[in-house]
Amino acid sequence: MEEMTGAQLIIRTLHKFGITTIAGIPGGANLPLYDALHQFPEIRHILARHEQGAGFIAQGMARSSGKPAVCFATSGPGATNILTAIADAYLDSTPVICITGQVPLSMIGTDAFQEVDVYGLSIPITKCNYLVRSVEELLRILPEAFHAATSGRPGPVLIDIPKDVQLAHITVDRLPDLPEPTRPSAPSETDLHTAAQMINQAERPVFYVGGGIVHSCAGKAARRFAEKACLPTAMTLMGLGVLPPEHDLYMGMLGMHAARSTNIMLDECDLLIAAGVRFDDRATGKISAFCPDAKIVHIDIDPAEISKLKQAHLGLVGDIRATLEQLFPLIAERQINGWNKRVRNLRAEYPFFCDENFDFASPYGIIMRAAEIVGDRAIVTTDVGKHQMWTAQVYPVNRTRQLLTSGGLGTMGFGLPAAIGAALQNPDRPVICFSGDGSIMMNIQELATLAEHNLNVKVVVLNNQSLGLVRQQQKLFYEGHYVASEYNHTVDLAAIARGFGLKSFDGSTSMLLDELLSVALQSEGPALITIPIDIEEDVYPMVPPGAANSVMIGGKYECA
Amino acid sequence: MSAHNTVENVAVLELMVRNHPGVMSHVCGLFSRRAYNVEGIVCLPVDDGGQSRIFLKVGEEERLDQVVKQLEKLSDVLHVNRHQDGHPVFADLQQYFHA
Repeated sequence: MEEMTGAQLIIRTLHKFGITTIAGIPGGANLPLYDALHQFPEIRHILARHEQGAGFIAQGMARSSGKPAVCFATSGPGATNILTAIADAYLDSTPVICITGQVPLSMIGTDAFQEVDVYGLSIPITKCNYLVRSVEELLRILPEAFHAATSGRPGPVLIDIPKDVQLAHITVDRLPDLPEPTRPSAPSETDLHTAAQMINQAERPVFYVGGGIVHSCAGKAARRFAEKACLPTAMTLMGLGVLPPEHDLYMGMLGMHAARSTNIMLDECDLLIAAGVRFDDRATGKISAFCPDAKIVHIDIDPAEISKLKQAHLGLVGDIRATLEQLFPLIAERQINGWNKRVRNLRAEYPFFCDENFDFASPYGIIMRAAEIVGDRAIVTTDVGKHQMWTAQVYPVNRTRQLLTSGGLGTMGFGLPAAIGAALQNPDRPVICFSGDGSIMMNIQELATLAEHNLNVKVVVLNNQSLGLVRQQQKLFYEGHYVASEYNHTVDLAAIARGFGLKSFDGSTSMLLDELLSVALQSEGPALITIPIDIEEDVYPMVPPGAANSVMIGGKYECA
Repeated sequence: MSAHNTVENVAVLELMVRNHPGVMSHVCGLFSRRAYNVEGIVCLPVDDGGQSRIFLKVGEEERLDQVVKQLEKLSDVLHVNRHQDGHPVFADLQQYFHA
């Protein structure tokens, strides 16, 4: 039996649950938690410069490891600031546990200083959420929160804890135990056999894989599965890494910025084996026109995803890795056949890229060269915009959890703090963050956090002096009315980075971009490199929003 | 919460939920953010008050499966029972709902 405060109970329980690093910012309503950290040096606290940064640092830790990560914010503005990162975690099914301070119980509902209804605000953006009403409840809620964040389809959990609950005393027998994850349901033998039969009888099958593969650690199982049945494989943004680009069956990303060949292939397929995907509109285009001739086998751990947007002919609810492994012996080994040759011809006709795309000063060229310099061990994060799509198109993502990017919510400002989190979690790996001059501004204050911890993160800003993807839409769909998408005032990002205490490199003042990249990316510790990009460099091909994937604009395919 | 257009065939869903101050927010929030039509709600605590029973009159014939699956994902929802042919609870209450 031991007496402790609620705050001490929380910190000690987090440690027992394997948490060694917490990102956050203190304030009036969570100070007891910080005081408990004072007596607990086993947990490293990373002081972010904005709560959204703290949330994304936690995401960087969680996404790169697959383990739950924790972030702290105080009540009111601290909590509202962190919510964007929680919403982002929700849409990409990332296990983040956000602990917010709240005004004391007796003051809840009185419009107290820095009071906001965080419980209410977080309902639609968390897997589950709690307002703790007594110190005793913590014994139940803390393990429940970890269980919810990591069981089944992962997701963020928010725990709002009033200050007096943090200060209250409790006598504890033993700290709560981390519950075992619930065993997910498994598809029936009959359904497995039906699925295998559909796969074995298909003439033009396609494998469509996404983030669920990553969450269930099914990367290897998916690859073996694709190889045995010779399945051309298209990945969502979240699924990149399941197959490496040099793989024969690799068809890259599908959807809005896919290669033409990939979308045409999907248009022609007669069976879509969808695994760990949610038929997001950026991937499917106009849903009624997506894979019009295909039967659909949909594998997902979340039963609500099956037939949510597109009726599946067969839904297999279960852990994807287990399901693919159970299906593996049932599917017939298939050699390269007419369909694979058709896909190959499509790829020859509409290759992903031509050599001239890789002109060194082009975005593709810069991204490929950077990838070469940082090497295969590097973790890559991106912000949101043109640079993100260029990275998704050409960066050699060879394994799952190598590319960390904001897919569902598309949050500008994700890249830098997520890179910090990834670096904290993986001190032995280099981390490279591709950003844009729009995105980097949205959490630029975290350069201070990066400099403080001297992490091995290189931030590459592809600087086109605009909100590039917005401007591209205005060019294509709003008659070139460039309203509010161009930055008419130039900022000196290199000087700003230096001001934060980073090494910085400016591509606009150097003729030798290749040398600049080599020096910058191989330097010790954190650095920012800004590289000018022509404002007219667009992302192609592009499916107009709301159109079918067969409607693709642009893309040069006349290779020399 | 009211339906945009009254649907003839309404199902009644019977939910058993953990009874705490946020549970109605969770259930109603789900219906509003996913644009599901709900035409009536009845909620009362059960026995000792640890759980509540909620009856929902739902105008979602085609999406009923999806509505049920989404409800089952809410952590406070313990059980969902479908009454596809309606349920007397709303008929009995009708007398209180005349203009």
